[in-house]
This record gives sequence, structure tokens and C-alpha cells, in this order.
Amino acid sequence: MATIFDINLFALFGQLLVGLINGSFYALLALGLAIIFGLLKIINFSQGALYMLGAFAAWIGLNYLGISYWWALVLVPLAVGAFGILMERTLIRPIANEDHLYSLLLTFGIALILQGLFSHGFGSSGLSYPMPEALRGGTRLSFMYLPNYRAWIIVFSLLVCAGTWFMIEKTRLGAYLRAGTENPQLMQAFGINVPLLVTLTYGFGVGLAGLAGVLAAPVYTVSPDMGANILIVVFAIVVIGGMGSIGGAILTGLAMGIVEGLTKYFYPEASNTVIFLVMVLVLMVKPVGLFGKEA
Amino acid sequence: MSKAMAVKSSREKLRINDLHAFYGESHILHGIDMSVNQGELVTLLGRNGSGRSTTLRAIMNMVGKRTGSIVINGQETLDMPAHKIAHLGMGFCPEERGIFSSLNVEENLMLPPRVRSDGMSVEEIYEMFPNLAERRKSQGTRLSGGEQQMLAMARILRTGANILLLDEITEGLAPVIVQKLAEILRKLKERGLTIVLVEQNFHFAAPIADRHYLMEHGHMVDEIKAHEIGAKTDLLNTYLGV
Repeated sequence: MATIFDINLFALFGQLLVGLINGSFYALLALGLAIIFGLLKIINFSQGALYMLGAFAAWIGLNYLGISYWWALVLVPLAVGAFGILMERTLIRPIANEDHLYSLLLTFGIALILQGLFSHGFGSSGLSYPMPEALRGGTRLSFMYLPNYRAWIIVFSLLVCAGTWFMIEKTRLGAYLRAGTENPQLMQAFGINVPLLVTLTYGFGVGLAGLAGVLAAPVYTVSPDMGANILIVVFAIVVIGGMGSIGGAILTGLAMGIVEGLTKYFYPEASNTVIFLVMVLVLMVKPVGLFGKEA
Repeated sequence: MSKAMAVKSSREKLRINDLHAFYGESHILHGIDMSVNQGELVTLLGRNGSGRSTTLRAIMNMVGKRTGSIVINGQETLDMPAHKIAHLGMGFCPEERGIFSSLNVEENLMLPPRVRSDGMSVEEIYEMFPNLAERRKSQGTRLSGGEQQMLAMARILRTGANILLLDEITEGLAPVIVQKLAEILRKLKERGLTIVLVEQNFHFAAPIADRHYLMEHGHMVDEIKAHEIGAKTDLLNTYLGV
């Protein structure tokens, strides 16, 4: 067994890998939350439930409609995004000008309803989703065994995050989004259809949660409470990165996954709380978050 | 329609009749009437809180509620969504300038979509505002007040807007910059652009304007043509304290 300074390298890298995978999910979910908060100023508490919806949609697609994992990867984010657009148009828009607390409570209520519906329909014990054929097995590296599907999650999530960051920071559409965040009324006066932009952004942010759900289905148990478990951690990550900061959400998501993985190796008892500890420290030192901008 | 009226309406770019505007429960404009013809530079004069900025914002549908009539280029716009009004050829330069801090100078400049095909090219804009060319990669909010004002104006000139609504563009600027802005407004007038200018600096507005509307407490109290200024000094003193 490879060891350095009494550290079991296989175990350490194994936990780092798990941390990176968790970090990938954190980054995808936090990215969606940051986009939605950045542009719409909505604290979307239903993001976890929509992640769960994505995983269930993939499971239902496979078992009832014969939709493969690869098609689910394309279709489910679109379907969850469309559901998000419907939510935004019918429920969120009417309270768009109210205090943030209203949208927080509304989306929290939506999350509870979705969770309850899926518990009622599928039970709470969880369902398994088979690993796609092409990604079974793994690669034995000198310091660890790397399962293919887990490597795929990391690479694919990073590509999605990088693509989203590029779209927001480097394209004209992204400039509209960033400017719309700052002064939506002036953007309207310039001739930009801001309500449409808001709807599509919400749909995109929610679609990211759906995508994370599909990615998670083969590695985690598909269960109604899978979103609730991850959501609080993701919110802590968005706070650490800086509410509304796109790059902050991605980097912090990955970093916190790794911190969690390292803690699991060195001091497992603290692994569930380490992210919240970091959040407290960041809030004490830099209340706007590591990448947040002062108002 | 008589020939004279037809000629008049074809030149009329903006007509406002009995405009009332509200912010929530607050009734700000109380039945404003005004019109602006093509190529004219018209000012809205008055003290702070007289409703001049609200008039511009009401034209762009940026207030809570509006009643009355606002016709732009012959089209009634009262029920038109805000984002469609710009596409009638309107360019709005807000009092706070509205420079986006997350964008650099060039991104700010290129941000608004073109509303007409004959907007100024980027080269023409940089020729008119050389400071912007030098600082094209700087964050918009790092510019000086004068440069930010120039960027705010340049931004709407690129879109091809031919009716400009300019709100307090000289506020807080050094005299030399104010002079430069006056030169630019003259050039824009020569190009045939129609301009509505909200201004407190009467000495800046008087030499370049064709007509002035005087506002007080959300009412239009008088209209003064450029050649009548001398005769109406007392009135101006009363309402502006100039």
C-alpha cells in the first residue's frame, strides 16, 4: 500500500476523487443558483427539488419511455428548463417586485410540493439508475483506481461550467445578462426585451439543475429527498463564492468538494460541517463572499 | 387634413397630450402637453422636482403608470412595452448616466442594439469622443464623470436613434467638459437629430435650444421660443431663479 508520512495515498486520492465529483455537482447547482440570483434576485429554494426532478425524469424516461442516458442528458435539462419557465411565468413573475423573502418562501413551497409528490408516487426508499454501458469500468492509475463514469462527471461538468462562464463573460448575450443584472429598466429603454431574458435565464439556471440530476442518477440513489440534502450545502457554497458571482460559484463549488473530501480523510467527523465552518469564516472576513462585489 | 397640417405632422417627431404619470400612489405629472419637430433641440426647464426627468422616463415607459397620449414618429406608444419604444428611434441618456460597471467602455458602447440602420460607426464615435478611444478597455465606471457622460451619449448615437432624450448631461461636470458637450449637441443638431434636453444649467441650454418648456410641480407652465428669452426674463427668474 502506497504511503507517505503515514498517509494512505490510495485512500486520500479516493476521497479527493469523491470530493471532486461532489464538487462538480455543487458547481453545477451553485452556478444555476448564482445565475438566477444574479439576474433575477430570486433565492431559488426549489433548485434542489429540480435537481431531484432531473434525476427522476431520467429514471422515468429510461423505465417507461425507453429513453437512454445519452438522450436523457439532452432532453431532461430541456424539459426541466421548460418546467422552470412555466414556474417563472405563472408563479414567480407576479411577485417579482416584492421582497426577496416572498420568492424564497414560494420556491421553498414548490420544493416541498415536488418532494411530496415524488415521495407519494415513488416512495422514499430510492431507485437505482443503471450506469451507461459505455462508461462502465475504470482505469487503474499508479496512485488510484479511477471509475470511468466518475471521470466523465468531472470532465463534463467542468465543460458545462466553463461554457456557461464563457457565454456569460465573453459574449454579447452575456453582456446583456450582466447589464440586465445591474439596471434592467435601462436595458428595456435600450430596446432589450428584459422579461424574455429573465424567463430564459431562469429556464437555463433550472435546466442546469436538471442536467446535474441526470448526471447524478447513476451514482447516487434517485430519491425524493436527494435535492433537499444537497441544497443547503449548495447555498453555503453560493454564499462563500459571493451571491450572484458566476465564476465564484464554479470555483467555490469545486474547491468545497475537495475541502470536504480532504476532511473526510483527515477528520471524517467534521466532513459534514466543514463547508459551513468555511462559510462562517468567509462571512466574518469578507461578508460579500470571496468573489462577490461590494454593492 | 389640410396641406399645412400634413406638413406639420410629417415633421413632428414627438407629441404628448394630457400626459399624467405616477410612481406608485404619487401623481407626478399632471396633464403635460408638448411637441417636438424633426431637427429641433427643445429643453425642459424647471427646478428639482418639477417633473422634467419624469417626463423623459414617462416617454420611455419607465414610470409606474401613464395616461394620456404619447405619439412618437406617428405611433401611439402609451400601451407599448418599454423595449419596443427604443425601436421607434429613441435614445435615452439617464441622469445617472447608466454606465454598467461590469462592462468595459467598448462593451458599454456596443451594448444597446441598433434601432435604425444609419447609426454612427464606432470610428465616427471615437472621432467625436477621442477620450473613449484611448480608454476603450477600461471598466466603464473607472472613467471620469465627463468621460462617463460622453460614453452614455456615444452609446445611443451608435444605435442610430434619431430622437435623443438627454437628462441633465452637464450635471457635476467641469466647465471645459460642458463646453465640449455644447459643441457636440450643435453637431448632432446639424446632422438633423431631434433632441429633448432636461437641463438646469440655463446658460448651457439657452444658446443651443430652439424652444424651452417651463415646468413647475408636474405642470407645463409656459413655452418660450429662443428669440423670446429676452422678453421673458422675469418669468424665467420666477421659475428658475436665473
